[in-house]
Amino acid sequence: MTAKLVSKDKPKLGLLSTKTENIIFDTINTILLILVCVVTLYPFLNTVAISFNDSTDAVYGGIYLWPRVFSTKSYETILFKSSDIPYSAMISALRAISGTLLSIPLSMMLAFVMSRKDFVLKSAVTKIVLFTMYVSGGLIPTFLTYRAYGLMNNFLVYILPTAISAFNVLVMRSFIEGLPYELIESAKIDGASEYRILFQIIFPLSMPVIATIGLFVCVSQWNQWFDTMLYCSSKKGLVTLQYKLKQILDSANSMTGDAVAADAAASSASEGSGRVTTQTIRAAMTVISVVPIACVYPFLQKYFVKGMTLGAVKG
Amino acid sequence: MSVQSGALAIAKKEHNFWRQLWRQRQLVVLSLPVLMVIVFSYVPLWGWLVAFFDYKPTSGMNVFKNDFAGFKYFIELFNDSYFWRGLKNSLGIGVLKIIFSYVFSLMLAVMINEVRINWFKRTVQTISYLPHFVSWVVAANLVFVTLSPDSGIVNELLLKLGIIDSPISFMGKPNLFWLIVALTEVWKNSGYSAIVYLSAMTSIDPSLYESADIDGAGRISKIFNITLPSIIPTIKILLVLSIGRLLSVGFEQVYVLKSPSTTETATTLEVYIYDFALKYAQYSKGSAMSIFNSLVSIVLIVGCNLLARRMDGEGIM
Repeated sequence: MTAKLVSKDKPKLGLLSTKTENIIFDTINTILLILVCVVTLYPFLNTVAISFNDSTDAVYGGIYLWPRVFSTKSYETILFKSSDIPYSAMISALRAISGTLLSIPLSMMLAFVMSRKDFVLKSAVTKIVLFTMYVSGGLIPTFLTYRAYGLMNNFLVYILPTAISAFNVLVMRSFIEGLPYELIESAKIDGASEYRILFQIIFPLSMPVIATIGLFVCVSQWNQWFDTMLYCSSKKGLVTLQYKLKQILDSANSMTGDAVAADAAASSASEGSGRVTTQTIRAAMTVISVVPIACVYPFLQKYFVKGMTLGAVKG
Repeated sequence: MSVQSGALAIAKKEHNFWRQLWRQRQLVVLSLPVLMVIVFSYVPLWGWLVAFFDYKPTSGMNVFKNDFAGFKYFIELFNDSYFWRGLKNSLGIGVLKIIFSYVFSLMLAVMINEVRINWFKRTVQTISYLPHFVSWVVAANLVFVTLSPDSGIVNELLLKLGIIDSPISFMGKPNLFWLIVALTEVWKNSGYSAIVYLSAMTSIDPSLYESADIDGAGRISKIFNITLPSIIPTIKILLVLSIGRLLSVGFEQVYVLKSPSTTETATTLEVYIYDFALKYAQYSKGSAMSIFNSLVSIVLIVGCNLLARRMDGEGIM
C-alpha cells in the first residue's frame, strides 16, 4: 500500500482530544447520511401521499408526506375504470418474466464456455462478446436492421436483442471461474456430458450470480419504455406500463404546470370517471410501477452487491 | 527442408484444431448463443453503410440498391450548426455528469464506510440503492413534482428560507438543464456506484488504521491518508471506463427530462439523432452521426487506456 501514515513527530492539533473529535465526526456524519436518506426517499413518499389524496384537493398543493383528504379514487380509476393500464402492466410483467427466463440460460451457456480454458474457441467467443461493450451500431442502423428482421410491432423485439449482455456474461464468467475446476474434471471422468455439467452442476452452484443477473434483467425489462416508443408505439396491444407513464408525463408537461388546464384535460380525457386530475393519476401510476421493484430488491441486496463487485474488478 | 517441416507442423496443428473442435462439439453447441450476439449486435453495424448512400427506406437491408453518396452526409453534418450544438451539449452534460457522480459517490462511500453502527449502515445503503432500480420515466416524474414551481418542495423551502422571492420553474430554464441532469444522476445512481468503492475499502489492511491510531491520527486525516489513497486503482479504472462512455450521456435520462423550453441545451447528439433523423426519416445523416459517435468513443477509450498504462504501467483492458 502506498498510503502515507501520519508521522509521529507531527504535533497533534491539541484543541480536541481524539474522543471528542470522534463524537463530533460521528454526529456530523450521521446527520449528513440521514439527510441523504431524506433527499433520496422524499420524492417517493411525496408521490405516495399525492396518489392517496383526493384529486381536486391535490391541485391546491401543499401535500408533503401524508394525504390531506384521503381517497383511493385514483387507484380505482387506474385499475377498474379502464382496462388499458392493467393490460400494459401485464405486458410489462410478461416481458420481465420471459426476458429473464430467456436471458439467464443463454448467458450462462456463454459464460460457461468462456470460463473453459481448454476450449479451443474460448478466446474467439470471448472477443465476440466483449467487443459489443465498446461498439454498437447506433440508433438508426439498429432500427433499420430490426425493422428488416420484421421485429416492428412484435413482442420479440422486447426480449431477443437484450437477451445477452456482455456485462452480465462477464459477471457470470468470473463467478464460474471461481468455482473449483475439479468439479468439472471429476464429472467428466464419471462420463457426464458438458450439458449435464453445466445444467446440473454449475447451475445449482451459481445461484448467487443467477439471482443477481436475474434481478438486473428483470428490473431493466420492467423499466424499459424506449424500445416500445421506437418499435411498438403503433400497436396498442404491446404498450408497456412505463411507456404509458411516459405518455402521461408528456401530456402533463405540455400543460405547462397550469393546474386548471391539467384538470380540464384530465376530466375530458377520462370522461365519466369524475373528478380525477392527471396529477394524482400520474402519482398513482408511478407508485404502481415502483412497488414491485421496491418489494424485491432489498432481499436480493447481498447478491447484487457481490455481483457488482465481481463485475467491476474483473470486467 | 525447414519450410517443409514448418508447413507440416501447421498442417498438423490445423488437423489438431479440427479434431479438438470435434471432440469439444458439446461446448461448441453451448456456444451457439453467440449467433444471437452476431445477429443483434453485429449485423446492425452493416447499417453504417447507410451513411455512405442516398438511402431510401424502401430498399430495406439491401443498401447497395441506393446511389452511392460518398462522404456527402458527413460533410453535410459538419456544416450543420445543430450537429455542433448537439456535440457541445453531449460533451457538457457528459463531463458534468462524470465530475458530479464521481465526487458524490466517493463521498457517500467514505461516509458510509465511517459508520460503526451496523443496522444504520445497512439501512442507509438499502435506501440509497432504491432510485437506481426505478426507470428514468419514474425518476423524471419525481423530479418534475419535486422541482415544480406550483408546490414543489424545493421551491417551497427556498421561499420559506427567503432565498428566492418567487417560485423558479427549474425544469424550464435552459441554463440550468445541464446541472439538473448531473444532479438527478447523482440522486439516482450515487448509492449504487458507491458499492464498488465500499468493497474496495473493505480490502484495506486494518493494520494501517491501527498504526495510524497509535500515531494519534484523527478520523479525517485517516480518510485522506489511508482510505482514499488505498482505493486509487479502483477510482482510476472507473474513471477510464466512464470517459469512454462520455458521448453516450444517457439518452433516456436527457430525453425524459427535457421540455420544449430547454431544447437549446437539452438536445444532445443522441436526442438530435432521434428527434431529427429518425422521426423525419433522415436515415443517412443519422447513421453518419452514429458512426461519428462510435468513433469518438473508441478514440476516447483507447486514449484513456493508453494514458492509464503510461501512468502506472498497466492498462485496464
